[in-house]
Amino acid sequence: MNDRKTLTFAFMDPPFESERTVTFFRLLDAALEKDTHVRVFAYEGAVALAFAKQSPHGNAVHGRNTEEEAHPLTKDWIVALQQKARTKGLNFEWINCGLCVDERGVNDVIEDCGRGGPPDLWRYASQSFNTLTIGTR
Amino acid sequence: MKVLQVIDQAFRTTTEEQDDTILWLTQSMRGAGGNLTVLLSGHGVYYAVQQTPQPALTLASWSQTEPADITRDLNNLIESGVPVYAVTDDLEERGLSTRQFLPGVQAISRQSLVNLYESVDQVWQW
Repeated sequence: MNDRKTLTFAFMDPPFESERTVTFFRLLDAALEKDTHVRVFAYEGAVALAFAKQSPHGNAVHGRNTEEEAHPLTKDWIVALQQKARTKGLNFEWINCGLCVDERGVNDVIEDCGRGGPPDLWRYASQSFNTLTIGTR
Repeated sequence: MKVLQVIDQAFRTTTEEQDDTILWLTQSMRGAGGNLTVLLSGHGVYYAVQQTPQPALTLASWSQTEPADITRDLNNLIESGVPVYAVTDDLEERGLSTRQFLPGVQAISRQSLVNLYESVDQVWQW
């Protein structure tokens, strides 16, 4: 456990807007797969990734109801990654930029996603093997 | 740990946030003791020669009172000990090379970037 590395990710994109979001989650999953502790600092629109009130919907074009459509939600992806980390004995930490949360009104977040600020990103990065920043384009 | 903050996009959400979000992030981390350097490249070099504050947004009866002031934020960073560089090649490509630099911003050629990148522990490309 002690020789496992920690990676920090800083991410800015919101859910449902960009393929960068999906790629970001793939990277988190890949890091866990490689037995790496993961720390995430969600900045700007990325704070909505953990918003607890995301809800799935049906899709008339697809001819499927809510259950059948099983619409992807980023909060569920976070939960899945949290569970994967626990199963593998890894740390998976997530901090939202608090001011970014406030201005978007997405204060209601899922469990184990905390509130913080840029000093937390600096702390995360200082204690990590490396850091990947993914800015909005 | 030394980190190089590379800002190559200018005016990303500056109207809504009333600042450049990465300059803001850098100021905040500097306040927490971070050892940081800023590199303005690409469209971001405009910040090095900007002479006017952001215009205030007005929508119907709503008017912005505190638009972004990038020059102030860069000055604050420089005064707090954060070195700020701007890529001269990117200024030339944009026809901005004859404009006066904000005092304290250091010019750097694309060729010299290697040394700057080598001088830090991590490069954060925003």
